[in-house]
Amino acid sequence: MQLTQSSVGRKIIMAVTGLVLISFVCVHLLGNSSMFFGADAINAYAQKLHSLGPFVWVFRLVMLAAFAIHLVFGIQLTLENRAATPETNVQVKRLKTGFGAETMIVSGGVLFFFVVYHILHFTARVTNPEIYVPLGDAGMVDVYFMVVNGFRSALPVIVYVAGMIFLFLHVSHGFQSLFQTLGLSNDKSLPVMGTFGKLVGFVLLLGYIAIPLSIVFGYIKL
Amino acid sequence: MKLKLHVWRQNGQNDKGKLETYDAPNVSPDQSFLEMLDDVNLDLARTGRDIIAFDHDCREGICGMCSQVINGVPHGGQDRTTVCQLHMRKFKDGDEIFIEPWKARAFPVIKDLVVDRNGLEKIMQAGGYTSCHTGGVPDGNALPIGNPVAEYSMDAAECIGCGACVASCPNSSAMLYTGAKVAQLAVLPQGKVEAQQRVLAMTEAAKENGFGNCSNHYECQASCPKGINVKFIAKLNREYMKALL
Ligand code: HEM
Ligand code: SF4
Ligand code: FES
Repeated sequence: MQLTQSSVGRKIIMAVTGLVLISFVCVHLLGNSSMFFGADAINAYAQKLHSLGPFVWVFRLVMLAAFAIHLVFGIQLTLENRAATPETNVQVKRLKTGFGAETMIVSGGVLFFFVVYHILHFTARVTNPEIYVPLGDAGMVDVYFMVVNGFRSALPVIVYVAGMIFLFLHVSHGFQSLFQTLGLSNDKSLPVMGTFGKLVGFVLLLGYIAIPLSIVFGYIKL
Repeated sequence: MKLKLHVWRQNGQNDKGKLETYDAPNVSPDQSFLEMLDDVNLDLARTGRDIIAFDHDCREGICGMCSQVINGVPHGGQDRTTVCQLHMRKFKDGDEIFIEPWKARAFPVIKDLVVDRNGLEKIMQAGGYTSCHTGGVPDGNALPIGNPVAEYSMDAAECIGCGACVASCPNSSAMLYTGAKVAQLAVLPQGKVEAQQRVLAMTEAAKENGFGNCSNHYECQASCPKGINVKFIAKLNREYMKALL
């Protein structure tokens, strides 16, 4: 009860689910980077994931749960925080916080829609069914072909680049925030974590947009 | 110096309140901010107008009563300085100064710049004490508390309960105040006994009294006149997790 209702308890849940999500985006980027090593590399990677069988679904359920819990508590906490501040001063000068920290609910909301689009695009085969061609006979698709063709049109490229900018904003505050929330920071480590978190966000941004941009500029091609 | 003041005037909670402009025509750079306001009030009283209500007591930076948002920052933004310790030499001739009350749901305006900060006392009542009998004043050297621990506790105990942390927080969270109170007692032998129930009760009291949740913006530390460090919020979070386990 304390954990799911109190002020600090729900923040701890935000931090733990946030850590799960950050860990996922880091590993996901490492996996996706095999796009730079050719069709065989990314397809072998996809094959490996596929061979995990039921574990894929266990993993998906854990991610879905973390995502949903993070989203629900994020909205709830934000609404409470707004209600606690019904009016602000005419003059408000912030000394420390930044754009990323003040827009967590916005960047989080955009990330939600981004993930929905991303799944419709590359997992559920809804937005661009033409990019899926079978590979072998184990029900696999040619992932290399799918990704390269998936970024043939402007819309997905724009959505992915924009989405990753919001990921950068979210992580640049969220990273150090989760350590503070879990009580893992002190006066010496906090500023270091702040800088490191911005760096992590930036590396994620560059790493992720490198794939669609490489396709647009013909560095990765069929 | 001549200054133009935009002061928040509000007659109780049911009044909407608005900024009124006043001239302070004869300000000495050696005056404190509150002395400057005293002069303005003297002039208002002489001309039969309603004086500006503001909180103050010690005027030496230790009681935590003075509470004004000056140009958008609680206590005016000078490092580790309360309003009463802010001096007019920090301003220039011709400056326009905005003077507003703490704004938070938990701090209803009583009049003008005076707000009701009982919410902070409610948090204190929920657990900011120890119930053990400590007897008379012990011999200093006989206390089994090492210097680093004593210093840590004293750093947290510097909080004067002014509420600037709440006023500066985008969420109106009282976590710096609560963290300081929790940390101050949690490291001492007398406070350890009730550490778990204290941290649970005090964070719950903060929520019940209308304060928001901490989003780690760290505005609180930046505007705290005592420089209370946000490491005490991390300490509160650690104590909270210990209490839950
Ligand atoms: C479903 C979309 C998302 C929403 C609506 C959302 C919303 C939020 C909000 C509102 C906060 C601030 C909570 C507060 O007031 O303290 C937050 C914190 C955080 N988010 Fe998200 N977020 C989303 C997705 C993500 C993703 C994909 C990641 C990881 C890459 C992530 C990582 C974090 C982290 C690490 C924190 C800091 C936790 C803390 O304060 O201790 N979030 N999120
Ligand atoms: S923590 Fe600082 S700003 Fe907050 S009440 Fe204590 S002295 Fe005032
Ligand atoms: S009047 Fe006491 S701290 Fe300012």
